Amino acid sequence: MNTFYTRWLGGKKGAIELAVLAVFILVVMPLWLDIFRLNLVGKYLTYAFAAVGLVMVWGYGGILSLGQGVFFGIGGYCMAMFLKLEASDPISTAHQTTPGIPDFMDWNQITHLPLIWEPFHSLTFSLFAVILVPILLAYIISTAMFKRRVGGVYFSIITQAIAAILTILVVGQQGLTGGINGITDLKTIHGWNINTDSAKYILYFTSGILLLGVIMLCRFILSSKFGRLLLAMRDKEDRVRFSGYDVANFKIFTFSVGAAISAIGGAMFTLQVGFMSPSLIGIVPSIEMVIFAAIGGRMSLIGAVYGTLLVNYGKSAFSESFPSLWLFLMGSMFIGVVMFFPNGLAGLYDVYMKKWVEKLAMKVKKIAVPGKLNSVKTEL
Amino acid sequence: MGGYSISDLWSILVMQGFSGLSLFSVLLLMALGLAIIFGQMGVINMAHGEFMTIGAYTIYMFSKVTQQYFPSLMPYYFVVAIFAAFGIAFAAGYLVEFLLIRHLYKRPLDTLLATWGLSLIMQQIFRTVFGAREVSATLPDWLMGAWKPTPDIDIPLNGLFVMAISLVVTAAVVLFLYRSSWGLKVRATTQNRIMAGSVGINTKKIDRVTFAMGCGIAGIAGATFTTIASTGPTSGSLYIVDTFLVVVFGGAGSVIGTVASAFSIAQAQSILTFFLTNAMGKVVTLMTIIIILMIRPEGLFRSKVRKH
Repeated sequence: MNTFYTRWLGGKKGAIELAVLAVFILVVMPLWLDIFRLNLVGKYLTYAFAAVGLVMVWGYGGILSLGQGVFFGIGGYCMAMFLKLEASDPISTAHQTTPGIPDFMDWNQITHLPLIWEPFHSLTFSLFAVILVPILLAYIISTAMFKRRVGGVYFSIITQAIAAILTILVVGQQGLTGGINGITDLKTIHGWNINTDSAKYILYFTSGILLLGVIMLCRFILSSKFGRLLLAMRDKEDRVRFSGYDVANFKIFTFSVGAAISAIGGAMFTLQVGFMSPSLIGIVPSIEMVIFAAIGGRMSLIGAVYGTLLVNYGKSAFSESFPSLWLFLMGSMFIGVVMFFPNGLAGLYDVYMKKWVEKLAMKVKKIAVPGKLNSVKTEL
Repeated sequence: MGGYSISDLWSILVMQGFSGLSLFSVLLLMALGLAIIFGQMGVINMAHGEFMTIGAYTIYMFSKVTQQYFPSLMPYYFVVAIFAAFGIAFAAGYLVEFLLIRHLYKRPLDTLLATWGLSLIMQQIFRTVFGAREVSATLPDWLMGAWKPTPDIDIPLNGLFVMAISLVVTAAVVLFLYRSSWGLKVRATTQNRIMAGSVGINTKKIDRVTFAMGCGIAGIAGATFTTIASTGPTSGSLYIVDTFLVVVFGGAGSVIGTVASAFSIAQAQSILTFFLTNAMGKVVTLMTIIIILMIRPEGLFRSKVRKH
């Protein structure tokens, strides 16, 4: 229990922050918003997975991945493939030339299900694939790079190129992936319709709880010796290496964890939004995920969630009313967050709000203790 | 490759090869600027594509103005416009270095993000000023048409012209870097910034001018770009990933490496595109480069100053 409190929850301060976030996501939002808006927030929460992954990879690991969308996308596609197969049973696709295969394959004159799609008939396999395929890819990429001591800007560029390649590939292989439209018209998991209002509530809460769980897992990882090594490595990689640690392995592990977290987000995205398309895996979405983490504070797991929600809220609010202003604002955010407040919202909170909040907490405490009532009165 | 006779294949190879040369020219000019900046300062300029777009729009404006007011000068405007493209992109780069980049030299990853933000802003400025639709400059007549060495082979003149420009610019850059006193200072700063500073080289000034130069060359790239395609607000950003790969693949800081890698990437892409689809040609090329980079991360030509 003690370990759970100090390491998973992050002690008293961490537990309070986590509780506030939990109340915000699981209580305030559902009570305040109607199902349409809540579903939108749910979509943003799935991006928050990627942002939390980036806090691990970039904030703590010092590895700037510009290809986080790749893992988000693979997670999403793995989930979408399962859902699409279930939606394309022979009866509902009877009007096709080849019944029983997804509609976009039929449009592309494909007459039998490609081999790579076969295993996605099984939900268990798909769920494993959501996590394991991105981890495998992340492992291959990062092993190749980090074992040869390639890092920094080089790594970022390569990850970005991979995001570009995957997008072109997915768009180009229309018969296999649904092309630019992606995989659409997803309906059920084992007969459970994901498009009803009640399902949307359930999926929203699942996302929220999973996100909180992921944050706790990250805290657990970071509070270990590994977490401290990670920080040491980010700041003075050579010293850690000279102390006898294999730096590359730590980086590979972090990068793979970040990939898995993003992939969970991607799978939840597919479930909540009901489609998956290449527009979520390319260069632009990948780098936007970085700005979510940066705005929230690259060192703050919790901040990343608020950052994601804020930026996305801004995006939908602005692009509805002043679409041309949004890019200016987005651009200024990139520049501003780097030049003026590198620690994002979390940094601003620490500098300006924390004292005030702590003072308030002290006062509340004093009021709560009856013996000290007089002293509080004089102070007030 | 069935269905093509040997002579067909040869013609295809030559023609695709030449269309690859246009791509090569644009990539080379883009990569040259980026490689100099990256080699010297370790800074990746994500807005590099937008400096190229500045160059392209400069040509467009020149062609509009010439057409409107001095139609008799149409055959000559292009040459002047190239210099103007360099000048305007140079000035913009100078300003950007002064306002933004110089504050971030210690943080290369952050520069990546800040310049990405800059590129978004610049794209939106282009969109506001020139509109979202693609525009194209009216080219002088002598750039139109094709050269036909054999009946099967058509080599467009604009492609040859573009290639000539890029070779001239590359030669100029090499001369500048290796034969001028300014180039000596640039190389000194690249190799050892602190030592260069201590022998009296104003490294900050060198940085600023180098950055502006890189952007200026991107401006020329934009100028040549207008002869082979039309210009839109996001034209530059389409080339940025390829350009990065050219730089990394060539080995940052090595001009020969940059030329060689721009050539191989452009040719591979252009020839593969013919036999596979457009998308797959690109995927195969980029994928191959990434796999080669994973095996040989220092790129084609190892540079002495490379730090990660």
